[in-house]
Amino acid sequence: MTQTLRFNDLNVGDSLPNLAKPAISRLQLALFAGASGDHNPIHVDEEAAKAGGLPGCIAHGMLTMAFLGQLLTDVVPSHRIRSFSGRFTSMAFPGDSITCQGKVAAKTEEAGEKIVMLELAALNQKGEVLMAGTASLALD
Amino acid sequence: MFDRAMIGKEYPTFTLDVEKGRIRQFAQAIGDDNPLWRDPEIAKSQGFPSIPAPPTFGFTLAMDANQPFLVLEDMAIDKRKSMHGEQIFTYHAPILAGDTITGRQKIVDMFDKKGGALQFIVTETRLSNQRGEAVADLRTVIVVRNG
Repeated sequence: MTQTLRFNDLNVGDSLPNLAKPAISRLQLALFAGASGDHNPIHVDEEAAKAGGLPGCIAHGMLTMAFLGQLLTDVVPSHRIRSFSGRFTSMAFPGDSITCQGKVAAKTEEAGEKIVMLELAALNQKGEVLMAGTASLALD
Repeated sequence: MFDRAMIGKEYPTFTLDVEKGRIRQFAQAIGDDNPLWRDPEIAKSQGFPSIPAPPTFGFTLAMDANQPFLVLEDMAIDKRKSMHGEQIFTYHAPILAGDTITGRQKIVDMFDKKGGALQFIVTETRLSNQRGEAVADLRTVIVVRNG
């Protein structure tokens, strides 16, 4: 359920509650292929992944970004998000457990809105960063 | 072919309907049980006229319209050598179930690093709804490995 963050309650350096996702399953990759419209076989077909020089199937990068999106929408309604970016730094594989983290990097006012800038990271179970990103939220 | 003359090239407009069932399917696939993606009453209680799409759903619309591959095919780039390097969303208004979204992709930058070993293609796609209101801008960075 969405709880609502308030501008005045947040300070630079504060962390959002971590979002620990269950291990990525092959079923999840198949469902995400259909749901996301990304039908690249390297995510669901072991032979295609190996033919492409990969050790095996890899997760969709946009699945990791969707997890980071959930980190945001677990704490604010989606229309509060003004921008959201992520850089793909490492691959996720079936069986990996991803944890999403967010931290307040800055507080500003833009176009009459109170904006909280967040730094985001999605890490695997070994602590490797799979995606690093930012988001800006307009809060009351 | 990595031709900087392609900077500024625009691709044909695409149009897609946003279906309630697809939003629910997307939420289910990512393991997000937030009722906002499923229940129109919850959506209304949070100020949305209908069920909104999750933050990265706009990229799914671009995928459905084959936009990322369009650029690679246009430049005759081997898909297996390309990676999605970075994705940036700027939001203007919610994308809602029942919307008809129109988008147009444009190549906005091309550059290389490491003496050409890595090439970068940057595209932007503005998504607008059936009232002509901008809902989101997608900025996509594609990385191509050479050799």
